[in-house]
Amino acid sequence: MKLTSVTREGVTVISVDEPRIDAAVAIRFKDEMRALTEGAAGPVVLDLGQVDFIDSSGLGAIVAAMKQMPANRALELAALTPNVDRVFRLTRMDSVFRIHDSSGSDAGGGG
Amino acid sequence: MSGVAGSSVEARVGGAGVGAARIVLRAEPLAVRCALCDLVGQMTELSLDTEELGTVELVVAEVLNNIAEHAYRGRAAGEIRIDWTAGATGLHLRITDDGDPMPGGRLPAGRAPTGWDHEASVPEGGFGWSLISALARNIVYRRDRGQNVLTFRLAVGIR
Repeated sequence: MKLTSVTREGVTVISVDEPRIDAAVAIRFKDEMRALTEGAAGPVVLDLGQVDFIDSSGLGAIVAAMKQMPANRALELAALTPNVDRVFRLTRMDSVFRIHDSSGSDAGGGG
Repeated sequence: MSGVAGSSVEARVGGAGVGAARIVLRAEPLAVRCALCDLVGQMTELSLDTEELGTVELVVAEVLNNIAEHAYRGRAAGEIRIDWTAGATGLHLRITDDGDPMPGGRLPAGRAPTGWDHEASVPEGGFGWSLISALARNIVYRRDRGQNVLTFRLAVGIR
């Protein structure tokens, strides 16, 4: 499970450098997200642009990563590919996250 | 095209959107990955579009994960068999295993989790059957001579 974290202007962008978040890696993903988010200050954006498949275990791990964020810290999502976007919509989890088209300048901003 | 890390494949794919094949795998997450990769590989012969391929991979992934987690409860030696045929009404799948029966001998309700009003109450699980029931048709479960038999249809590849 390769995750890359970059902090720029107070926003931490975590990129998933893997094509899949599935049952085989869900627990590792959740643990690595905890390690990467517990120290950072400010909003965190999870860039899923390289992920072309998630299953319900992967979705559950992303929800768990959101719930384990430190108090008053948001986890936002960016760059959902079509299959990943569909899983969020079918489970109504698209209403739980702020979702950006890309992890560029708008992500992590106010409003 | 067989024998990849715990899964084996037998394919008979013809022209004009018809075909059939069997995949046999062990009930553990990496073998599930291999089987899905084999299955998607077989589908390329059927000229499915990207969204249809995504549907096939997602629904079968959810079924296989459910079997590994619940029917075999992590007993990775358990065998799962996937048989599919493609035709005029789409892709027909039959997935069988030798694990525990479904609770109550019937399919789960498959409703999407709802009703959270607070971040902490958002569910982290229970999405699998809601995805299956949203995307698959004619879902039938039966217990037959110690096997779980799940059959369903995916409305893909219909031209």
